[in-house]
Amino acid sequence: MSTTLTTQESSALAEDAAAGGRAGDSVFAGFSLGAGILILASLAAVALFLFLEALPTFQASAEEITGGAGFWSYIWPMVIGTVIAALIAIVIATPIGVLVALYISHYAPPRIAKPVGYVIDLLAAIPSVIYGAWGTTVLAAALVPFYAWLTANLGFIPLFSGPASQTGKTMLTVGIVLAIMILPIITAMSREIFIQTPKLHEEAALALGATRWEMIRMTVLPFARPGIISSVMLALGRALGETMAVALVLSGGPLTASLVQSGNQTIAAEIALNFPEAYGLRLSELIAAGLILFLITLVVNMIARAIIARYKEFSGAN
Amino acid sequence: MSKRIDVENLNVYYGDFLAVEDVSMGIDARSVTAFIGPSGCGKSTLLRTLNRMHEVIPGARAEGKVLLDGENLYGPGVDPVLVRSMIGMVFQRPNPFPTMSIRDNVLAGVKLNSKRISRSDADDLVEGSLQGANLWNEVKDRLDKPGSGLSGGQQQRLCIARAIAVKPEVILMDEPCSALDPISTLAIEDLISELKEEYTVVIVTHNMQQASRVSDRTAFFNIQGTGKPGKLIEYGPTAEIFSNPTEKQTEDYVSGRFG
Repeated sequence: MSTTLTTQESSALAEDAAAGGRAGDSVFAGFSLGAGILILASLAAVALFLFLEALPTFQASAEEITGGAGFWSYIWPMVIGTVIAALIAIVIATPIGVLVALYISHYAPPRIAKPVGYVIDLLAAIPSVIYGAWGTTVLAAALVPFYAWLTANLGFIPLFSGPASQTGKTMLTVGIVLAIMILPIITAMSREIFIQTPKLHEEAALALGATRWEMIRMTVLPFARPGIISSVMLALGRALGETMAVALVLSGGPLTASLVQSGNQTIAAEIALNFPEAYGLRLSELIAAGLILFLITLVVNMIARAIIARYKEFSGAN
Repeated sequence: MSKRIDVENLNVYYGDFLAVEDVSMGIDARSVTAFIGPSGCGKSTLLRTLNRMHEVIPGARAEGKVLLDGENLYGPGVDPVLVRSMIGMVFQRPNPFPTMSIRDNVLAGVKLNSKRISRSDADDLVEGSLQGANLWNEVKDRLDKPGSGLSGGQQQRLCIARAIAVKPEVILMDEPCSALDPISTLAIEDLISELKEEYTVVIVTHNMQQASRVSDRTAFFNIQGTGKPGKLIEYGPTAEIFSNPTEKQTEDYVSGRFG
């Protein structure tokens, strides 16, 4: 008697489950799986497109490539130019971005913090062509005396060796424009994470007799470290790939160590400036350059992941 | 290494709202004093004013005096940072620093204000503090592991070790066992009885059995209704508060007739 009853109950349960949420569950699972596959597929398609279109360049003989010395000697200076521009931007923007975020999250009174936060977000909404136009007309000209001063006083360092550019359209100007462009990325992300620091930990530090700065160093910064790193990497990705602002600001040329002379070029700007007239092998060259840029950003992202994973055990997520 | 606290005519406000009204009481050195009362009666607020931690909450302010062996914590020029290093605090939920190892957690307060400490002194201090918190035997083999990997009760004892490592005069505990299971609670209660040999301990608790088990004196706070300030109703030896209170409200509360 009791056994039959149990069987009946369990079969009723099974029916309910089948009739109820199961259908919706599998539909949703299908959709999310599809979305996931779509991302991977488009990434693979981009990589495949770049590789196939770039293939003629890798097969061509050295003399056929622009510059006449093979693809690597063509792309190498631009890789360096790209990385230098992005590094200048990161070196300037990271400390400023993190400090602004800290000011908004932990120092400013609420009625100041809110508007400052909005203004920072607005910076992110300005199109890059505007930054480029501003950089080339206003900032570059304004920096000319500063560059002259740099070459006069710090000219013994190869980075600042003269003669300084008379237009100011140099790598350093590009780096500064890029820094302003990526500042909101770092600030906005860092601020979000700083705010999420558990009150519990902040109070623990204060109750031990920590000053506000010590509290920030003990709780906020360690808690936010993976977030700061990912915001910087995201910003680095933007700086590496930024095209318009660099194309407008930089007076490009061959590789030079000096940041205050005209010269150097970034991959993205090289592609943008030459793409409209390119055909045949030249087109393939530019796409190959794009492939290199793609690989650089991929490596940057992987390094970011690795750094974040290293701090996982101490992240507070456990 | 322990001092008495005298509270004189203390009013605590959150903005315009008076949260605690006119509290005066003396807390003996080397004793355990329990604050009991219904939720919202201001006992945690009062506890926080004893080391100026209420100032962390925007709009909170206190008027009146809190004397630590006669020195007013609210006197002009008194640095709240210094006050908090003399009066330690243990919170409702265990809050070891998740990014630090067990060892670094214990040393966190000691290393503040750019103080330097030698490796061997630090080792001794870590061992002494963890032993003082009855945690040494459980963690001595994993001092370099993160503190967040410990159980809730162990984390709370780590927080106590962190608090006593800075050698405070007073230890404040804000419902230290409310997030813990009965066995961990017992471990903390045993520890509190040991701590009073060296420190002045003030504990806020919702658990009246706990107050009667661990404290020497008990203060009962009550509130007349929502929006009204909390007040100190009765303060005396724990045995008296629980067996023979003078106030009707206290008797109703400790006998479980309300609250």
